[in-house]
Amino acid sequence: MKDSLGSVQSLLVLGGSSDIAVATARKLAQDKTKRIILAARPSERLDAAVTLLRSHGADVRTVDFDALDFSSHEKVLAPLFEEGDIDVVLLAFGVLGEQARDERDPLSAAQVVQTNYVGAVTSSLVCAEALRKQGHGSLVVLSSVAAERARKANFIYGSSKAGLDAFAQGLGDSLEGTGVHVMIVRPSFVETKMTTGRPKAPMSTTAEAVADGIVEGLRRNAEMIWVPAPVRFAMSAVRHLPRPVFRKVAEKQG
Amino acid sequence: MGTESLAGPESAGRTSPPTRERLSGWGRTSPSVAEVLRPRSREEIAEAVTTAGPRGIVARGLGRSYGDPAQNGGGRVLDLTGMNRILAVDLDTGQVVVEPGVSLHQLMEAMLPFGYFVPVTPGTRHVTVGGAIACDIHGKSHHADGSFAQHVVSMDLLLADGGVRTLTPESEPELFWATAGGMGLTGVVLRATLRMLPVETSRILVETKRVADLDEAMARMTETDADHRFSVASLDNLATGPSLGRGWVESGNFATVADLPAKQRENPLAFHPKPVASMPDLFPSGLLNRRTIRLMNLANFRRAPQNSHTHIASIGGFFHPLDAIHDWNRVYGPAGFLQYQFVVPFDAASTLRRIVERVAVQRAPSFVTVLKRFGPASPGYLSFPTEGWTLTYDFPTGTPGLPGLLRWMDGKVLEAGGRLYLAKDSRMSAADLEAMYPRLEAFRKVRAAADPQGVFVSDQSRRLSL
Ligand SMILES: Cc1cc2nc3c(=O)[nH]c(=O)nc-3n(C[C@H](O)[C@H](O)[C@H](O)COP(=O)(O)OP(=O)(O)OC[C@H]3O[C@@H](n4cnc5c(N)ncnc54)[C@H](O)[C@@H]3O)c2cc1C
Ligand SMILES: NC(=O)c1ccc[n+]([C@@H]2O[C@H](COP(=O)([O-])OP(=O)(O)OC[C@H]3O[C@@H](n4cnc5c(N)ncnc54)[C@H](OP(=O)(O)O)[C@@H]3O)[C@@H](O)[C@H]2O)c1
Repeated sequence: MKDSLGSVQSLLVLGGSSDIAVATARKLAQDKTKRIILAARPSERLDAAVTLLRSHGADVRTVDFDALDFSSHEKVLAPLFEEGDIDVVLLAFGVLGEQARDERDPLSAAQVVQTNYVGAVTSSLVCAEALRKQGHGSLVVLSSVAAERARKANFIYGSSKAGLDAFAQGLGDSLEGTGVHVMIVRPSFVETKMTTGRPKAPMSTTAEAVADGIVEGLRRNAEMIWVPAPVRFAMSAVRHLPRPVFRKVAEKQG
Repeated sequence: MGTESLAGPESAGRTSPPTRERLSGWGRTSPSVAEVLRPRSREEIAEAVTTAGPRGIVARGLGRSYGDPAQNGGGRVLDLTGMNRILAVDLDTGQVVVEPGVSLHQLMEAMLPFGYFVPVTPGTRHVTVGGAIACDIHGKSHHADGSFAQHVVSMDLLLADGGVRTLTPESEPELFWATAGGMGLTGVVLRATLRMLPVETSRILVETKRVADLDEAMARMTETDADHRFSVASLDNLATGPSLGRGWVESGNFATVADLPAKQRENPLAFHPKPVASMPDLFPSGLLNRRTIRLMNLANFRRAPQNSHTHIASIGGFFHPLDAIHDWNRVYGPAGFLQYQFVVPFDAASTLRRIVERVAVQRAPSFVTVLKRFGPASPGYLSFPTEGWTLTYDFPTGTPGLPGLLRWMDGKVLEAGGRLYLAKDSRMSAADLEAMYPRLEAFRKVRAAADPQGVFVSDQSRRLSL
């Protein structure tokens, strides 16, 4: 149960090694989060995350989780809620793909979409149902500003996030009255492992800043946050640009 | 025992079907959704308890505890306010037998005409007897009268298996004192026999005196406690420096008929409090902030008489001023507020001072700041009152720096051998609870014997691994 000050006691991360997720989990552990479960594919990065979070006093464990193994989601995730209430589920996994390669290779495009959209749908449905049974809890979904208007340079990724974003909005509405809260996070370009080696986009931000936004959004049960906050207004302008103008702007950004 | 009479207003009603509802405490923070049942009989309660399912069940009275003890996300909540009959009254001994949903307001209305007041009243009349027992509540008279459960002669408790046990402090001291203050975690109180307080009038003779600082407040209370049943200090929590802890002390006793002015003597036991207003649910969060609370504190302080002044107060005016405004908690807006109440032993007055100082310096505004002296503790395993100073703050949850400030306060209270009140708690840590309540382990044993499957659970009991 989140307490009266919005502090979280227990956290489940899907995509437990994500830079944004680890930054968020660290901030939560520094506050009051005692129990953390990282659902992820095993890796050295994951081990490092465990060590880091333990050093902040949290009780951390991992479970093997592959977003692409849809049929396992129920089996892997549902039992985690039996061990004790989970206040926040953070859905952080995702892949950016390689736009040029993915356009040439439809199967690798499918991989991006299946991870970001299909895997997110199956795993969040399992978690949403468990939260509903609990009568409280938050599901935090990492979407992206790319979901608001996909560009030539990233439309495979962007469309998968657009699907996820729309799904999460509908899910939040459908959970009205159940005590469960869905928060959608739309960061701009974040400097993380996902974007290493890519040219920085305007209004770029850091995993730390996204984590701060999430922690603060959880305190006030926000339904949608943008990081950095002003990107919200920039995107609302971008969304309304006529197509030819948008293409020119997007072209400049690469 | 006396007559079957004085039925509550809704007593003969039918049971309404269960609903799914979003419940929170009086502070309106941390809501959760549960299946709410409104039983009208012990059979219905037994049925609800024995079929509760994996998320368990907990009783709820009028929801006046501030945090999450009377809610149970994903499970069942028994709203007992429909079980509100006064079953028997003995006018010679002042004993009453009541159902759990009877409120203290209702008891006052029914019993004052016969010269009886409730044995203990908190700062609101709108609490149920079930809630009063489960939190083993205290009032301004704790130094004289102890806590609520010390006036309970016996109670019927419905256990997890659906069976009912009659508990008295003599016959079943363990389960009795685990239930008193046990936050609803041992079972459902189905009925209770209470010892009421005989009074000559329904008025309080109150001496009010302004105090310039915390020392004066403490000295004045220590001095007047001996010959006053009721005493309390209200502090201007934002005053600093030499004015730190300034406020006013009220010391009172029930008035005798001879104390009353002629007009009131005609009907010395009159009791007709009415809410003067109702709060609409339109307030933005943050209306009560540093600036507005500073102004209110100052106005209240200036209004208090400089020299001791005696007047006759009504029960509502003296004990329950906030009850005059229905749903006053809405003034904090949707973000809600929390209450922080701690007690530290008398020899830890320096801790009290440090806390008052730090809160004032950090300018955390508190709408109500109340200081009291507690007498000796009751035998309740988790009963809050222990001998010492108890201080209560009301903070809007959005106050900048509040989480850190409260955590610092937790540490100071713990260090001084003090504790926090579970009826007000909405954020303490499980580890602090463990350290503050040395009899927690013993409580758990009694509870485990009474409820081996852990059927009785609440959001608070989960949050604190109670
Ligand atoms: C303005 C205000 C002033 C207050 N002042 C004081 C004060 O001066 N002193 C003080 O001690 N407290 C004070 N309180 C707190 C209040 O007295 C307690 O929280 C009290 O328990 C509330 O009663 P309730 O009927 O609303 O119970 P709820 O808040 O509904 O429930 C409280 C607890 O009682 C349990 N419970 C309720 N009914 C039963 C039952 N039949 N069987 C078993 N368990 C049951 C619930 O499970 C829960 O754990 C104040 C509260 C307010 C809002
Ligand atoms: N970085 C940005 O600019 C940006 C902007 C907006 C939104 N986002 C979103 O934010 C989220 C977190 O990204 P990040 O920036 O923190 O990048 P990151 O560090 O690369 O995190 C992505 C995570 O997804 C995991 N993952 C990928 N495929 C998976 C699969 N099949 N099963 C399980 N886990 C899988 C990765 O795990 P492995 O270590 O096992 O590969 C990694 O932990 C993503 O959803 C991303 O789309 C990022």
